[in-house]
Amino acid sequence: MKRFSLKAFTAVAAVSTTLVMGGNAIAKVEGDTIILGSSISLTGKYATNGLHTQRGYDYAVKMINDNGGVSVGGKSYKLAVKYYDDESTPARGAQLAERLIQQDGVEYMLGPYSSGMTKAIAPVSEKFGVPMVEAEGASRSLFTQGYKYLFAVLSTSEQYLASAIDMAAAKSDDPSKVRVAMAFEGDPFSMDVRAGVVDKIEEYGMQVVIDDQLPADLSDMSTTLTKVKALRPDILVISGHSKGAATAARQIDEMKVNVNMIALTHCEAAKVQEKFPKASNGFLCPTQWVESISKADPIFGSAAEWNEGFKAAYPSYTSVPYQSAQASAAVYVWKEAFEAANSFDKDAVRDAIAATELETFYGDIKFSDAGNNIAKPMFMRQIDASGSYNLVENADQLTYPRNVNY
Amino acid sequence: MLSNLELLFYWAPIINVQIILEGIFVGAVFALSAYGLALVWGVMNIKNLAQGDFVIMGGYLAFSLHAMHVPLPLIMIVVMMTMFVFGWVIYITMIRRIIDQDMFVSLLATFGLSLLVQQVMNIIYGPEVQTVDMELPIYDAFGGMVTIPSSKIISLIFAAIIATGVVIFMKKSRLGQAIRATSQDPRAARVLGINTDRVYAFTFAFNAALCGAAGVLVSIIWVIQPFYGITYSVRSFAIVTAAGLGNLPGVISAGFGIGLFEKYVGVIVGTAYEVAAPVGILLLVLIIRQISMKRNRQVVK
Repeated sequence: MKRFSLKAFTAVAAVSTTLVMGGNAIAKVEGDTIILGSSISLTGKYATNGLHTQRGYDYAVKMINDNGGVSVGGKSYKLAVKYYDDESTPARGAQLAERLIQQDGVEYMLGPYSSGMTKAIAPVSEKFGVPMVEAEGASRSLFTQGYKYLFAVLSTSEQYLASAIDMAAAKSDDPSKVRVAMAFEGDPFSMDVRAGVVDKIEEYGMQVVIDDQLPADLSDMSTTLTKVKALRPDILVISGHSKGAATAARQIDEMKVNVNMIALTHCEAAKVQEKFPKASNGFLCPTQWVESISKADPIFGSAAEWNEGFKAAYPSYTSVPYQSAQASAAVYVWKEAFEAANSFDKDAVRDAIAATELETFYGDIKFSDAGNNIAKPMFMRQIDASGSYNLVENADQLTYPRNVNY
Repeated sequence: MLSNLELLFYWAPIINVQIILEGIFVGAVFALSAYGLALVWGVMNIKNLAQGDFVIMGGYLAFSLHAMHVPLPLIMIVVMMTMFVFGWVIYITMIRRIIDQDMFVSLLATFGLSLLVQQVMNIIYGPEVQTVDMELPIYDAFGGMVTIPSSKIISLIFAAIIATGVVIFMKKSRLGQAIRATSQDPRAARVLGINTDRVYAFTFAFNAALCGAAGVLVSIIWVIQPFYGITYSVRSFAIVTAAGLGNLPGVISAGFGIGLFEKYVGVIVGTAYEVAAPVGILLLVLIIRQISMKRNRQVVK
């Protein structure tokens, strides 16, 4: 008897679960609210940047809802985001993405924080055919898998230093005479950056005079810099995370390396402008976004206005990280896609995202077939003598040659 | 690679001067930590895998002291003393217990110590790369083609002073003699009234102090990071293996030799291979030793 009642209970539970789940599966739009889902790192090693991302999403949702919401089929809908904390672990992220899609019935996803987490989640959303607009995964390898439902608003890592090569070409009468020195660490990120630089070099037919790989435990690159001094290239490009930037700046200073143009990643993370103010004068450093760019959209206004609005919403920020800006841009892509598709069918919306062509406060957005944003360049900033970072939108604004007095 | 050779010997031979200087500066630092390793290895038969981490630890101590505006000579003294005490404590808590065990125990124990030191530094200082900028002048030569930072000259002088001090100490002082006696035959030393336990403790602590000194030099001429220790361990092992134990002039010349070799490999083959160069030498020395020993090997009748 006891056994029977247990069975009956299980049956009832199963039926009701199915009902609830069924109910949720069509509830990706509940009443007049469109539910987006995201697994985001709120604890663990990515917690700081996870929070920046979440605030970017939340701020965009609030701004869009306050400005008329999303209009589909002549009716105005509000946006809302359902979050889970993935604890900065990829396995948990994948699990939560599945939960969002299967149990909570979410059909529209926002990305997690970091390339690694995105790599874990993308196969899940792909399996269920749920479009995901992500803002924080820059690795090139995300866009070589043939994913159909993954879209990224940020520039991928091979773009980090490519525009420096463009500027070097613009500064020269004959780009094929430009001599390039490259020093890249062997890790996946730096190799991505290198691939982008090499593509550009080939495009212009420039000459590579030095192509050194830096070791992972990089404390001395004096041999590379000795060659740089002897060969006098027109541009020196370096990427090796913040330890590479610190080592490079220190030894460029010590060896009085005087190359007309030096471009490197992670300047800010390594605080080169504070630690080596003399050598870092004139360094070109890439960033995803700056508030001083001249881009705007109807919801957030200009880049500067988004920046002000965000600061007002979250007064704890003195300077706003670009991670928040790109997160807001991802939500904005969703709004535009719903309106363009004029439907909630996830495949129709997916096609609308793929066809997106937008100017936003974050920069232009247009996706390639692989899903990465090809319209927004990486922004370059040049460090000046006082140690501040100035936006360089084209080669005319570049201080060239970098005027440095050792 | 060919173009690099051309550059070195045809287009800009002047950069040889820079490379040789860099090699010498590097060699001086290597020689310090390698001599410490040779001592510990020779006297106690402990292969200290935490050698490089002691170096980096000395570097971080220097970094903290520099932040408090302590002058360089004082930093050197304070770091060496602190590391000496640290070495002594490690000896009492750990090394004393493994000294009579076989090789693998000492390797495992010091490897564990290495991980511990790395992680503690990571917790205290964070994973960022740090450097001690003494803001000393930098000299040019040959129309700016060769630059010599005074920090490197100073470090060379410090290394020379410490090395000379060590030689005199080992030769003349009673404790130095006791160390050498213990190294030759611990049992006989004990019979003759030498307190070998104290000699061991002193040797290990002394090694830590030498590593600390090397670390101070590393922090003022390069950059430090909690996980950079391994490269210094590898270099120390390569130098000691090449030079043999208990041979101070050998260790110093091997230090300079490997420093130079490393820099030339860096220029000719690429910076990525710089760290691999000492390992290559280590391999070569072991192969040559094997062959030469085989020649003398006989069957015991």
